[in-house]
Amino acid sequence: MKGQVLWVFMTALVAALFAASLLVGPAGLGLAESLRALFTGQGDAVVLVMRDIRLPRAILGLLVGASLGLAGAAMQGFLRNPLAEPGLIGVSATAALGAVLALQTGVAALFALALPLSALAGAALSVVLILLLAGPRGGALALILAGIAISALAGAATSLVLNLSPNPFAAMEIVFWMMGSLADRSMTHVWLGAPFILGGMALLLSTGRGLDALTLGEDVAQTMGLNMNRLRLSIVFGTAAAIGAAVAVAGAVGFVGLVVPHLMRPLVGARPSRLLPAAALGGAAMVLAADVAVRVIAPDTDLKLGVLTALVGAPFFLHLIWRMRREEA
Amino acid sequence: MRAFRPSFKRVVLALALWAGANAAAVADAPQRVVSMNLCTDQLAMLLAAPGQLISVSHLASDPLSSSMVDEAAAYPVNRGAAEQVFLMRPDLVLAGTYTAQASVDLLRGLGVTVVQVPPAESLADVARQMRQVGEALGRVAEGEAMAAAFEAATAQYPQAEAPATAAFYYPNGYTAGSGTLADEVLNLTGFRNIGADAGMTGGGILPLERLVIAQPQIIITSRPYPGASRSEEILVHPALRAVQDAAGKARMTDADWVCGTPHLLRAIAAMAEARAILAPAP
Amino acid sequence: MTLLSLEALTVRRGECPVVDRVTLTVAKGEFVGLLGPNGAGKTSLLRGALGLLPHEGRSNLAEMPPLQRARAAAFLPQGREIAWPVPVADLVALSGGGPAAVDHALARMGLQGYRRRNALALSGGEQARVLIARALAQDTLLLLADEPAAGLDPEAQIRAMMVFADLAREGRGVVASIHDLGLAARHCTRLVLMAKGRIVADGAAREVLSDTHLADVFGVRGFHAETADGPIFQPLDVVR
Repeated sequence: MKGQVLWVFMTALVAALFAASLLVGPAGLGLAESLRALFTGQGDAVVLVMRDIRLPRAILGLLVGASLGLAGAAMQGFLRNPLAEPGLIGVSATAALGAVLALQTGVAALFALALPLSALAGAALSVVLILLLAGPRGGALALILAGIAISALAGAATSLVLNLSPNPFAAMEIVFWMMGSLADRSMTHVWLGAPFILGGMALLLSTGRGLDALTLGEDVAQTMGLNMNRLRLSIVFGTAAAIGAAVAVAGAVGFVGLVVPHLMRPLVGARPSRLLPAAALGGAAMVLAADVAVRVIAPDTDLKLGVLTALVGAPFFLHLIWRMRREEA
Repeated sequence: MRAFRPSFKRVVLALALWAGANAAAVADAPQRVVSMNLCTDQLAMLLAAPGQLISVSHLASDPLSSSMVDEAAAYPVNRGAAEQVFLMRPDLVLAGTYTAQASVDLLRGLGVTVVQVPPAESLADVARQMRQVGEALGRVAEGEAMAAAFEAATAQYPQAEAPATAAFYYPNGYTAGSGTLADEVLNLTGFRNIGADAGMTGGGILPLERLVIAQPQIIITSRPYPGASRSEEILVHPALRAVQDAAGKARMTDADWVCGTPHLLRAIAAMAEARAILAPAP
Repeated sequence: MTLLSLEALTVRRGECPVVDRVTLTVAKGEFVGLLGPNGAGKTSLLRGALGLLPHEGRSNLAEMPPLQRARAAAFLPQGREIAWPVPVADLVALSGGGPAAVDHALARMGLQGYRRRNALALSGGEQARVLIARALAQDTLLLLADEPAAGLDPEAQIRAMMVFADLAREGRGVVASIHDLGLAARHCTRLVLMAKGRIVADGAAREVLSDTHLADVFGVRGFHAETADGPIFQPLDVVR
């Protein structure tokens, strides 16, 4: 019963924030006017604003947030480490590098799928690296150090590629790739990102039972019938697809995958299989809320999403480190 | 008043010439002039005596910013570093007020005369700068003639009865509000600037949805740079495209818009032409 | 009926065999105590038998597909890993044995009152009991346990041993590596002594824990007695 209350509450929260994302914007439209335009297509300019500007933004907020929360929960479950987060361990940074390479080499202009595919490849590379460097039993320190190194390398390479671009705007976009933004995205981005994000999320959601078993360690999980190789592949490709596509369209939004699973874990009795969907809903809520907040705080400038999530997430991260230190002592 | 000013200047010039060749500014005219700023580059190329200008900035040969790429090819290029400019042994450096102040200070410290020209924010600024650069080069008459011609050309546009709406829209949703040269060009050619309507002074970001709601009759964008950037993606956003389709032919700003030079008159003429084929705003 | 069947099982760490051509069968009704000093190869034998380590030779369990193996044998590793603060009942239910098996396992380990408790907040001894219950809830005929008694207080040690002995009496099989020779002698139906990767003795307590084996393998001397409750063994002192 308690469990059902949680799902109803989270679903309602995400729905409310999705609606807020549709209704908040610099144009300051009336509620009735907005809804009429959205659902009936009446009112020229308002329809454009609702259907072509705000709707894709809200959908992407939902998808990007859900994939970040879910990927964080899945990686934490697989590594059995609450610090594993796509942003912290360099997955978002390498996805951004993949996306930037596709854009700046012009491959993305040749065929549209090159952008998410290249970001996916970048993300997959770093997930594999992380599993090699800090796989299960690697410990928190190895994980964070490997993440710092991968992030720094990918960030430097991204900056290099953008600085070498003949386009003067490209160099100014380093901050977008590092902080993420949903401003002025269109349905094109939704169609480009959604299949990969949804596919990756489906793959990650399917790992629930395996991650549950892993709670007791790899040996026990395997003797309970878990196919470790299949689980590993699902985690790598699920994370790469979801995070790669999310970063390709929205940049790297940090800390969502850290904060959300941590907040949701006590509410679902800590079981990874129940945490996964809860973290997806929580992540969607967090990114939608942050995206509404950037429009309320600074309606006329493109305040980056990652600024807000980091302002919430970084102190959280410090708190987690502090707590782990205390537990180890 | 307007008619009086040029003749007043001529009087001053005549007085200066009459005051004696030994003390004349003309005799002291700089012989080695280096320009470090795109706009002074173009004014100097138009106003300087042969051989007087020895270098222009690298931006003068960028076709997206400069209206005088062909002319600039004749001059050695500088990138605005004090060291490079100083080694050209200039006796006058023309710079913008936004030129790296450290370079300007360094050059002044080394005893080089630096004249800083502020960016033109109005049509009056444009004429003022033509005269300023003319004076700095010791080419007062040429500067005066250019300014007078510019003033005469802009004076011929009548005050519009019912202005049409227009908006500039650049990468990242950047637009020009009131107090800009671009805004004055719009007003001069019978448009009302959506950016200024939105309460914007100078340049700033106009969210796409506000632009869409304002539904300007004409949207003036910029030509994309080579290579890709997310900033420019907004210019192909479906919502912007829809407004542009409703507005008819989209216009693009080019190098003629960047500086207050006689080339700006071409941009003004193009806007006047665009206005002529539009119906007046409702 | 044979529950475990190993033929010339070899497990290598690098080139060096840590389990060296071990042949062993365990039948229903047996509670086998796997003895040996540190590094004798007990853990590698158990993990190799389950197919968790690369191995040569044959093991009936390692040859099964994972799901079939999960129904044939449960494993209780030495490292008591619980990654997340999961309620005890949820943790035990991970075995997939169904509510009846979970209830039975909890009751067997005296954990009925612990169902909703956070497993990570329990004491070490309580966690060990939860993990044994988890293995029991898998409801297999064979249980392989690596040092199940290590780190427990005497009461918990004895209770664990009694549960394993009960399993054997019910017709299941248990193989447990045990460091405490007295505990093993007292509760196991059969002892297997390992040294340097090989089985050096296999049988009843008095034969396996003979003076020669004790001196050669452990370097100790001990004392045997038969009581009405069964055999008793007490290590006494170091002979080397």
